[in-house]
Amino acid sequence: MRGAGRLWRSGEPFIWLTGGALALALLLVAGLVGLILVNGLGFFWPKDVVRLALADGTTRTGQIVEREPVPGKAGQFRIKLKVANRDLYGADFQWLEEGQVLRREYPGDAVVIERVEWGPLIGVVKELREGGKPVAAGPAAGWAEMAKRLPEATRIRREIRGIEKGEIGRINFEQEKIRLKLRRLELRGVTAGPEAVRAEGLPRRPSRGEPRGEDRVDALQREMADLQARYTEQEGRLAALRARQTVSVLVAADDGKEKDLPLVQVVNVYFPNAMGVAAKAGHYLGKVWEFVADDPRESNTEGGVFPAIFGTVMMVMIMSLMVTPLGVLAAFYLREYAKQGPFVSLVRIAVNNLAGVPSIVFGVFGVGFFIYFVGGTVDRLLFAEALPTPTFGTGGILWASLTLALLTVPVVIVATEEGLAAIPMGAREASYAVGATKLETTVRVVLPAVMPSILTGLILAMARAAGEVAPLMITGVVKLAPALPLDSFWPFVHLDRKFMHLGFHIYDVGFQSPNVDAARPMVFVTTLLLLAIVVLLNLFAIGLRNRLRRKYAVAAV
Amino acid sequence: MVGPIQVAASLNPKAGPSGIMETPMVEIDRLSLWYGEKQALRDISMSVPKHRITAYIGPSGCGKTTLLRCLNRMNDLIDGVRIAGTIRLGGTDIYDPALDVTELRKRVGMVFQRSNPFPKSIFENVAYGPRILGAKGRADLDGIVERSLRAAALWEEVEDRLGESALALSGGQQQRLCIARAIAVEPDVLLMDEPCSALDPIATAKIEELMLDLKNSYTIVIVTHNMQQAARVSDYTGFMLLGELVEFGVTKELFTNPRDKRTEDYITGRFG
Repeated sequence: MRGAGRLWRSGEPFIWLTGGALALALLLVAGLVGLILVNGLGFFWPKDVVRLALADGTTRTGQIVEREPVPGKAGQFRIKLKVANRDLYGADFQWLEEGQVLRREYPGDAVVIERVEWGPLIGVVKELREGGKPVAAGPAAGWAEMAKRLPEATRIRREIRGIEKGEIGRINFEQEKIRLKLRRLELRGVTAGPEAVRAEGLPRRPSRGEPRGEDRVDALQREMADLQARYTEQEGRLAALRARQTVSVLVAADDGKEKDLPLVQVVNVYFPNAMGVAAKAGHYLGKVWEFVADDPRESNTEGGVFPAIFGTVMMVMIMSLMVTPLGVLAAFYLREYAKQGPFVSLVRIAVNNLAGVPSIVFGVFGVGFFIYFVGGTVDRLLFAEALPTPTFGTGGILWASLTLALLTVPVVIVATEEGLAAIPMGAREASYAVGATKLETTVRVVLPAVMPSILTGLILAMARAAGEVAPLMITGVVKLAPALPLDSFWPFVHLDRKFMHLGFHIYDVGFQSPNVDAARPMVFVTTLLLLAIVVLLNLFAIGLRNRLRRKYAVAAV
Repeated sequence: MVGPIQVAASLNPKAGPSGIMETPMVEIDRLSLWYGEKQALRDISMSVPKHRITAYIGPSGCGKTTLLRCLNRMNDLIDGVRIAGTIRLGGTDIYDPALDVTELRKRVGMVFQRSNPFPKSIFENVAYGPRILGAKGRADLDGIVERSLRAAALWEEVEDRLGESALALSGGQQQRLCIARAIAVEPDVLLMDEPCSALDPIATAKIEELMLDLKNSYTIVIVTHNMQQAARVSDYTGFMLLGELVEFGVTKELFTNPRDKRTEDYITGRFG
């Protein structure tokens, strides 16, 4: 007993206790990040395609994804094979008992084709066809011809997409604007004629956003007709482009099944068994880039997550713009102006507790207050012509950002308040002593000195907001947004639009996907990306804070 | 340098003794101050003569800093302070509710116990006050900054690095910078709250020398713990104890021939 007492008093066990707690925390974090890294980073590496000859005489071609012991049968293993070709086999994955496998081979001509729909295609190129007639037969010749024609097919696919998203998108956008203008005139009782407004004795002053003298019904209808003509023209271009797409590739899969794949649907082709490490690394980087920069395909299980990255970052930015002034001003009042007493203490406790309210409650508040009340009122007052289709009276990036701003405002208030409390009285007195008013002192001395604390609060707020999902699901995040909230159509920033978000993307891909097995690696990769974005945002804010600290370091007073 | 005052001159008319009359700059009349329930100053009456150095000495907690901070109403910043009596600066009651307190503080500058330069450049520290008061234009500010730094005997040491952070200066330099900052707005009175308590003897000597220079242009009131310092630099000295001004008079007389027993005990080191 005395020995134990002496040991405890020596302080040694306590050091071990503290060290152990830290080590445990680090281990948990490292384990989590490690799990994400291992599962996420391997996803884009092109795995070899194996052809398995089975005991029953059939063959299976695919990529081995997993190997595990068969439950209940000691010493036996089974493998999970990604056979792809969902349209041919019905499922992307197959479990095979290893005992059934007679032979494994890695054919060099095994091809993996990523395509626009139905997931990847695995097999062997059999022939290349043009308008249904073979132009090249056999794997080698077929691929040679295919490689020659692929760039053209890709170019045409991009052009079609460009027309659909660009020209036709713009026409649709303008048509919608004109429809709304006509509707607005209709609401004022104007349904025809260039001078109808004056005839009915209504004020001639054009209402908000309407160019003077051009908002007459006839002119608008003429414009509408013009747009319709332009639309038909673009349709014609599209049809012509599609008609030029007659090349297809015939791919042989297992069990004599074949797929005649139009070349225009081919996104990427590779022969994993024939690739060296360098080629695989190149492919890997290409896939990573595609993931970061492209739109999703196949209900989010393939392609990229660019819209989700964009949505996440933009939402965090808008949230920061909202939460910083709100939190900082509130903290200034609490600490600098309010008379300290029981009431202010109560307010402070309430603010701190606000941070503990479940985030979905904020989401519900956002829906009730921002969307239905504020958004609904805005719609009635400013966008009446669009009703019953809501403009702001539905979820959107603005309301989601505002909801998150409410969610994170306690963090900013607390951090700012603590910063204010830490500014020495001497700094303020020095300013008062030369005749500065309270406002001048606050703006010129206190604000610069508290800047690092404000940024600390903002860093915490951003990290929280970027990882939040629940309130977003009901305030404006969608599985697939047709357009980004920032584009080239006036007024460029569309705060009413719904948007995609990485956190929701993880949930959606992981739990709402029709093809969970195929989508699972995407969950890890997306998580990794979200982590990376949070780290980047934080690094940026930390860098800024350190710069400010150096600049405005508070004197040791 | 102005020679020491030859003749005893207590400026308080009520004390009334002999000697040459000085021009009073600040007149304190029956000043009492409470922090909440606690009385910190008791019925203090005295005058601070113009262009002289007046020192307050006394043990810790005797109210000398509180008295000093009454002169530029710095105590207003503390919650629960209550004041009775009047203080007149050049004839105006500084506690008049109609008075603009920032205007007062411009006329009564202050240097604090611990140097508190702003975390800005040397130039910006000195220019802070003039900017607040509306000085614009680089040329104006350049002139003010140079004049103030010269007056604070700091110009030679910093003239080629005005853009550097004030926090890089030594303790003594920082304190002189604070003096420069205070005199940049050209106050009438300069309050110094134990300006040398955190400085080494060499830096202290420089500041003392500076005070003797500055009294040609400013009326200086200094609070000090250091009796030798009061004896070295001040023309008049007040001894305070438990919120009372026990004795006030010409420094030399107070130190050599105190009238009050408590003063004598304190300056001879019997307590405090």
